Amino acid sequence: MTALLEVEDLRVAFTRRGEPDTVAVDGVSFDVKPGEIVGLVGESGCGKSVTSLAVMRLLPERGNRVTGSIRMDGEDLLALSDSAMRERRGRDLSMIFQDPLSSLNPVIPVGLQVTEVLTRHRGMKKHAARREAAELLDRVGIPDPTRRLDSYPHQMSGGMRQRALIAIALACTPRLLIADEPTTALDVTIQAQILDLLEQLVAETGTALVMITHDLGVVAGLCDRVNVLYAGRIVERADRHELFRAPRHPYTHGLLGSIPRLDGPPGEELAAIRGSVNDNLPWAAPEGGACAFTPRCPRALDVCGEVTPLAERAGTRLLRCHNPVPVAEGAA
Amino acid sequence: MTSPRGSLRPRPPTLLDRRRRRVDELAEASGRSLTADAFQRLRRNPVAIVGAVIVGLFVLVSILAPWIAPHDAATAFPELQRTLRPDSIPGAQPGFPLGSDQNGRDFFSRMILASRQTLLVGVFATLIGLVFGVLIGALAGAFGGWVDTVLMRVTDVLLSIPSLLLAISIAALTAKPSQTTVIIAVALVSVPVFARLLRGAMLAQRESDHVLAATSLGVKRRAIVLRHMLPNAMGPVIVQATLTLATSILDAAALSFLGLGDGDPARAEWGLMLANAQAYLDVRPALAFWPAIAIILVALGFTLLGEALREALDPKGRR
Repeated sequence: MTALLEVEDLRVAFTRRGEPDTVAVDGVSFDVKPGEIVGLVGESGCGKSVTSLAVMRLLPERGNRVTGSIRMDGEDLLALSDSAMRERRGRDLSMIFQDPLSSLNPVIPVGLQVTEVLTRHRGMKKHAARREAAELLDRVGIPDPTRRLDSYPHQMSGGMRQRALIAIALACTPRLLIADEPTTALDVTIQAQILDLLEQLVAETGTALVMITHDLGVVAGLCDRVNVLYAGRIVERADRHELFRAPRHPYTHGLLGSIPRLDGPPGEELAAIRGSVNDNLPWAAPEGGACAFTPRCPRALDVCGEVTPLAERAGTRLLRCHNPVPVAEGAA
Repeated sequence: MTSPRGSLRPRPPTLLDRRRRRVDELAEASGRSLTADAFQRLRRNPVAIVGAVIVGLFVLVSILAPWIAPHDAATAFPELQRTLRPDSIPGAQPGFPLGSDQNGRDFFSRMILASRQTLLVGVFATLIGLVFGVLIGALAGAFGGWVDTVLMRVTDVLLSIPSLLLAISIAALTAKPSQTTVIIAVALVSVPVFARLLRGAMLAQRESDHVLAATSLGVKRRAIVLRHMLPNAMGPVIVQATLTLATSILDAAALSFLGLGDGDPARAEWGLMLANAQAYLDVRPALAFWPAIAIILVALGFTLLGEALREALDPKGRR
C-alpha cells in the first residue's frame, strides 16, 4: 500500500538574529499508510511536537526555517499556499492537542465548536450541523450529547473534553490525524478509555494516526510502527513487536529498561539513563560529527564522538548507531 | 457559608456535606455560561452591591428626572429672587428643599436634572471611546506586524499626554464649546487606553492553545479573530469601560468647571454648578457641596462596580 503521508528529510531550525540556529528537527523521515498508527516517541525537547506542528504547518510564520518535504497523497504540503493549506486543515488532516481544557474556546459552547468545522468544511446548514454534531459527540461516547452541545468546556470533565476534541478533529473524517500526547493531561483510567476510543475510531474510519507520546505504554498498546526520536533525529524505527522484543539502539534499550516492573523484586533500583538532554553533542559539528547520545550512552565507543552514525536499514528496522545492542541481549 | 439545611444547630460541614454542595453547584452550573458564572459571583460581593446600588439610583434618577424634580431647572422664581442678597442666598424653604441657587432657581431641581447631563456625557463618551478603541486594538492585535506598529505608536503618543490635559486641548480647539465637543474630547482620551488593553489581550489570545487548535481545524482567519480571539480578549476591556465611565464623568465635570463645557447657563450641569458656586463659597457653601458630593458618589459607584467586575471576571478567581 502506498503511503498517505511521507515526510522526507524534514529539518526545522529556529532562527534568531545574532545567534546560531537552533535545530529542533534534523532530517526526520517517516511515512504513514492509511489506517496505520505510527508512533513518534522521545523525551521532552527531542522534536516530536515540532515535527507535528511542521506537518500541520502551524509553526509561527517567522523565526523558523522548514526544509525537506512533507507529501500527502504525493502533494507537497510545504509548497501549498496558506489558503489552500487552510482548506485542508480539519478536512484532510487534523490534530488533537495535549491539554483538552486550553484547546477548547472557553467562551463558546462545545456544540458550536463542532458545528463550526462542519459548516466550514462540509458546507452544512445550521440544523443539519447540529444534528451531526450530536451524533459525533455520541460516537465518541459523550452521554446525553444533545444537551452537551450547549455545555461550555469548563462544565465538562477532562475526559469528556478530550472526547469532544476528538469529535471535533474527526468531524470531517480526515485521512490523517495527529495526536500530540492526547492522554498526558488525563488520569490513568481515562487515558485507557481515550486510547481505546482512538483505536476504535481509526479502525472504523481508516484514518491514519500519528501518535506523539513519551509514554511507552501508549506505544505498546496502540502503535503499529514506532519511530524513536533523539535530539531531532530518528535513532531507531521498527515494528512495535520487534522494537519491544529487541530494542537495538542503546537509547531505546535504556528507555524500555527504565520502565518499572510490577513483578520485580521489592526494593529493586530503577534503571535510569544517566545524564540529561543538556549533555548532548551536536549531530553535525564543523569539525566532524558525533552521535548526540554519546555522553549518556553506556555502549559509547571512541568512534561515537567522532563520526555521525548513519541511519541504516535492516529489514523493516532503521537504526542509527555505531555499536547497537546485540539482539540476544536486547531480548533478555 | 450557608449552614446545612434541616439541622437546628449549625455543625461544621463534613466532607460529605462539602461533596454534596459541590455536586449541587456542578448541577446548577451546567448550561451556565462564563458570563452567568461571573454574575453569580458578582451578586455575592458586597462591594459590587454597593456600586450597583449607587449606579442604579443614579441611572434611575436621571431617567425619571423631569418627573422627580419639583420645578423647572431654568426658571427663576420671584419668591426666591426677592430674598436674594449679595451676602445671602436663601436656604431651604417650603417647596424648595435645598433652597435657591445664585440666580433664584430651584437648587434641588437643578441638582436632579444635572444627573441627566452627567449620564449622557459619561455613557456616550465611554461608548465612543470603546468603539474606536476596540476597533484599533482589534486591528492591531489581529494583524500584528506593521499595522500593529503604526497603530500602537499613535496610541503611545496619545497615552503620553496626561488625560485631562489632552481633553482640555481638544475641547479648547473647538470654536464654540458644546456638549458634543465635551463628549468627543472625553471619548478621545479613553480611546488609546481601550486600544492598548485589547491589543495586549488579543496578542495573548493569538498564542493560546485554543486559537492554535482552531487554526489546526482550518477555521477561517476572520472567524478566528471574531469568534475565538475577540470574545476571549474582551473581559478586561469591559471592566475598563466601567472604570472609564467614572473617569469620563470626572473629566466632563472638570471641563465644564474650567468653562470648556456647554455654555448655556440654563442647562444644569454639576461641573458648571461647582464652578459657579466658587464665587459664593463663603455665602452659601452648600451650592458647592452638593454637586461635589454628587460627582464623587457617582464616580465612586462606577469605580466600585468596575473593580468588582474585574474580580468576578478574573479567571484566577474561578474554581
